[in-house]
Amino acid sequence: MTPILQIKNITKRYGGLTAVNDVSFDVNKGEILSVIGPNGAGKSTLFKLISSFVPATSGEVLFNGTRISSLAPHKVAQMGVVRTFQETTIFRSMTVRENIIVSHHLRSKASLFGFFIGTKQAKEDEAAFAASADNIVDFLGLQAIRNELASNLPQGHLRALGMAIGLATDPKVILLDEPFAGMNHDETMKMVNLVRRLRDERGVTVLLVEHDMPAVMKISDRIVCINFGQKIAEGTPKEIRENDKVIEAYLGSEDAAIGM
Amino acid sequence: MNAKKLMGFAAFLLVVFVFVPMFISATGRWDFYYTLTSVALLSVGAAGVWLTFYIGRINIGQGAYALVGGYVSTILVTQAGVSFWLTLPLAGLFCAFISVLIGFPILRLRGVYFAMVTLVLTEVARLSALALPITNGAKGITSIPQPGELSLFGLTIIPAFGSLSNPRVGFYVMAVVLMIITYLVLWRIVNSRLGHLCRSLQQNEELSASIGVNTAYLRLLAYAISSFFGGIAGAMFASIAQSIYPSSFVVADSVNFMLYCFLGGLGYVFGPMLGTLLLYFGWDLLSIAKEYQLLIYSGVMILLMLVLPNGVLSLLDKKESRA
Repeated sequence: MTPILQIKNITKRYGGLTAVNDVSFDVNKGEILSVIGPNGAGKSTLFKLISSFVPATSGEVLFNGTRISSLAPHKVAQMGVVRTFQETTIFRSMTVRENIIVSHHLRSKASLFGFFIGTKQAKEDEAAFAASADNIVDFLGLQAIRNELASNLPQGHLRALGMAIGLATDPKVILLDEPFAGMNHDETMKMVNLVRRLRDERGVTVLLVEHDMPAVMKISDRIVCINFGQKIAEGTPKEIRENDKVIEAYLGSEDAAIGM
Repeated sequence: MNAKKLMGFAAFLLVVFVFVPMFISATGRWDFYYTLTSVALLSVGAAGVWLTFYIGRINIGQGAYALVGGYVSTILVTQAGVSFWLTLPLAGLFCAFISVLIGFPILRLRGVYFAMVTLVLTEVARLSALALPITNGAKGITSIPQPGELSLFGLTIIPAFGSLSNPRVGFYVMAVVLMIITYLVLWRIVNSRLGHLCRSLQQNEELSASIGVNTAYLRLLAYAISSFFGGIAGAMFASIAQSIYPSSFVVADSVNFMLYCFLGGLGYVFGPMLGTLLLYFGWDLLSIAKEYQLLIYSGVMILLMLVLPNGVLSLLDKKESRA
């Protein structure tokens, strides 16, 4: 079976600085793969490269064998590779439910003009979006805040909302940007659970970038570790934990790498 | 809720088509027809500016499209003998077309950078009108014939304005009808998915792209609709004034279009309509203050922005939440 996502020799240079250098790895359908690395290792850049928010200097990203790395971000999303952002990136002056409903855009069968004149298809679409939004609200446990304005939400809920927005697009692969950042142990465990359910119940392949080692060890099927823009290790959590290069990269924080 | 809206709409129709004419014939202030016609047409242009605000762009270039629309209609009427009623949508479409060409590069800009470029557009339009042979330079085009009859399948829908005993009333009715259609379209846009996507664009373009919205296309679409409104407003203006000059719409007019939106409220569809009415009449009323007119006017504007940053219509919201 071909991997759902193939990252092939991808490189990104900003002037003289090489942020990501010749990184390759595959993501298999239905797995949870984490990209880890110390601060400034190039994780975020890699993330932007995969979602095509920045163009690669060289190399390519394939989704189900089709090249996506030179497409516009909305085209990549259309194909089913959707990224989430860190918490501040939401539609601030919409309610939680409105945020989720508007994000169903890719599922529209009616045209924009159809929506304008209110065709039967458009009404069916809107009804389907509303139902699906409620479904997502239930899935993420956001019932209590569904009609709250997004700008009034605390951090934890914002993260969940970001995920809800991603889910609304009906992704095949979801890219999560530091889903556990700034969370305490309990919140992290809840989020770990949620990410698992995303894969188990919705069949979404998950690629995440994260700092939180214990969470990463717990959640991932496989881990890719990068440092100074280069891939230094790839393997199961157990292999990564025992990898000398990884321990070295996290210099002085061996205990963090060993984690749980 | 829907019944309430219908009632509101009926009340509005009653005011503009019954009370206003009654008031004017009672007081004999026939010049109000001209003032209100201007308000209605300016608010059509302001509706377009409002839509560009709705996608998160500050548009200070509506004067350019009004001018272009005016010239397109006028030239078609005077040189090609096309019926005014046909030139009205053509002027709008022409403006929409050039706004796509112009918008393609400039809509990538955000914030003050986009605003500055649009500000320049008005000046470019004025200078082009001065320089091009077809626009007759600074002398402009005058003695434009009044709109003729509009008939469909032999049925007269709009009589020729020349045959009316009082063309001022005719223009007033025509302008108000145009305004109503414009705002119904705008209202429908805002309350359909198209408007929701525009809002998503206004609040976060990156996130909007990540949920699969073709942001570049949507920006162009909104800008084209905006310019269409500007074009038909300009065409109608030229026809009423029966003349058009390069200085018919200048930078100050573009700025005013924007102020109408600010004053009424950027979050309310009918904001620009109210804003135009208040500002246009407010300016006229202040003429009694003579040389202090501009000072008072600017002072009040600054005060309003401080006290009511979300526009005059935000007063209604507060009342509702208190009740």
